[in-house]
Amino acid sequence: MIRPLSRISAIFFKELAQLRRDRMTFGMVIMIPLIQLILFGYAINTNVRDIPIAVVDHSQTGLSRTLIQIVEATTVVEVTERLVSVQEAEEAIRSARVRAAFILPDDLSQRIARSPAVGLGTPPSTDEETSRPVAQWIVDGSDTMIAGAIKGLRSMPLDELFRQAPNRSTPTFEVALFFNPEQRTAINIVPGLVGIILTMTMIMFTSAAIVRERERGNMEMLINTPVRPIELMIGKIIPYIFIGLLQAVIVLGLGHALFNVPFGNQMLDLFVGTLLFIGASLSLGLVLSTIAKSQLQATQMTVFVLLPSILLSGFMFPYEGMPVIAQYIAEVFPATHFMRMIRGFVLRDATLLDLYRDVIWMFGFFIIGMLIAALRFKKKLD
Amino acid sequence: MSELAGDIVVKARGLVKKFKDFHAVDGLDLTIERGMIYGFLGPNGSGKTTAMRMLTGLLTPTEGTVEVLGLSVPKDAETLKYKIGYMTQAFSLYGDLTVQENLNFMATIYGLPSSKRKQRIGEVMERYSLTELKNRFAGKMSGGQRQRLALATAVLHEPQLLFLDEPTSAVDPESRRHFWEQLFDLVDGGTSIVVTTHFMDEAERCHKIAIMEAGKKRADGAPNDLMAAMGANVVEIEGPNLRDIRRHLLGTRGIMAAAQLGARLRVLVTDDVPDPADFLKERPETDGATLIEQVRPNLEDVFVTATGEGRQ
Repeated sequence: MIRPLSRISAIFFKELAQLRRDRMTFGMVIMIPLIQLILFGYAINTNVRDIPIAVVDHSQTGLSRTLIQIVEATTVVEVTERLVSVQEAEEAIRSARVRAAFILPDDLSQRIARSPAVGLGTPPSTDEETSRPVAQWIVDGSDTMIAGAIKGLRSMPLDELFRQAPNRSTPTFEVALFFNPEQRTAINIVPGLVGIILTMTMIMFTSAAIVRERERGNMEMLINTPVRPIELMIGKIIPYIFIGLLQAVIVLGLGHALFNVPFGNQMLDLFVGTLLFIGASLSLGLVLSTIAKSQLQATQMTVFVLLPSILLSGFMFPYEGMPVIAQYIAEVFPATHFMRMIRGFVLRDATLLDLYRDVIWMFGFFIIGMLIAALRFKKKLD
Repeated sequence: MSELAGDIVVKARGLVKKFKDFHAVDGLDLTIERGMIYGFLGPNGSGKTTAMRMLTGLLTPTEGTVEVLGLSVPKDAETLKYKIGYMTQAFSLYGDLTVQENLNFMATIYGLPSSKRKQRIGEVMERYSLTELKNRFAGKMSGGQRQRLALATAVLHEPQLLFLDEPTSAVDPESRRHFWEQLFDLVDGGTSIVVTTHFMDEAERCHKIAIMEAGKKRADGAPNDLMAAMGANVVEIEGPNLRDIRRHLLGTRGIMAAAQLGARLRVLVTDDVPDPADFLKERPETDGATLIEQVRPNLEDVFVTATGEGRQ
């Protein structure tokens, strides 16, 4: 038992010494989580506001101007251009100066008088113009999130036009928002960032680990020593486990300080879950490293794995929104399971037991990854 | 285990290594006795390194059997690794680690107990003049210093058998001479050594050598025995137009090879010619020669007679 431990520690201390000398890598270990947390924590926001729009007012009345002010007061849109024709508005959308145009017809006053949204009572049903909308939106609908925000204005009440108290109608359903009642995007993004950053750095680090020995000409010496493949793999990942934990602490700690994201009450579960994910990501990187023939190939393979594992993980786009086949693919990647886990621990006070399926998958992924890497690593030159 | 295990450190029979259609080693038989320096002499591509890699278990032979220190290779290669040391052709230690860190890494990976590790590292640093360089990065050292470090790490775990793959190809003559003195010290301490080289003077220092060409062993034995038994006598010619003389002599019956060495032409005459010096003096090609005399053969002559150059 002494010898395997001795050999693992030899590899571990060697990796540590090399890492310590590699200032750039060491700097990135700290800077990647730091910068990305600050950047994405502030930048990513799914609550769309201040969409630039153009206004085409054919009516030119006090009523139309008030209507525009009410629409602007929602803060969903911001009027940046006033144009005279619909053609000009379409041109403005095409050239991306604005994302939508608000067209007010010249018979605006009549339309408003007949509109149920104003709450002046229901006009006679015989009136054929009853159901006509007050004005029109032309929207660049290519971005579904922007289109959705403007569609949200479709049935806005217009009581304010006549300085009436808003019509307090009873909603059909009551919606209670758990875990993020203020609907702040950062609450969802910051824990997810732990997963994204760990995926990136962990796979990147180990994907170069074995192939670097080969490229730098150390391999022939290394395979002449009695070190066993599994000992080599274990010795190589231990330093990165600490790095991964450090990065998780940076993201969650800073997320708490800057964005008020909670830690949750399940600290031990959070620790174990993060450890499992770090292990799974490192073993994935090691497998890539035994396939790659050069560090460039290792980087290419890392990118190949990185993109789907980030985009399908549920970090930005809800897992439930993906087609079933994509969900199956997403389930393969440890990042998907970790995304579920860390949001569970941090936001919903879930436990490892609640998420046992993800725990089992990541543990299995780690063990199988290590075995594949160890079996693929041959102490031979032929 | 072989009944010969006590005195024989390497025994290989019918060793073949094919890379696709290319026979890198082609039917090699080897017997290497304990306590000697055994050299593989041959040009690049003659299969020296491939043969050595099969002996250490790095390559799997296509055919044939290998027994090293009584262990069957490649089956028991992992056990064997504790008993052998290996110095690769290119420097393969970590350039971004210091001398001491490299030694520490190797001592730990070979499982030396921590008490012994320190003492042993101190010993080899002292013996190979590395003590003052101990905090130097291996990548920042000269060829000779790297070579000493490589030897120090190879003998750190006190192997019985040492494999050295062209150990002196990247160092100056001074370091080379010094290196060989250290090898003889190791042999005196009971270590057996297998070394590959393409330098004749190095091969001459070996107790026994195998002359390799195109994956085959052309001759083996002690350098002196090989010289005595090479089947040719050596005659040196001095004079003008040595190049013309050489061109005319080549192809003549009885002339095995001729090579110009500075102001002299070294001619190998087959030993069925009774008096080789007179034989050459009577040839019309050597009319202008100022001196024709028989000289002692050297290993290069053996190499020439044993390999393709002599059998053309």
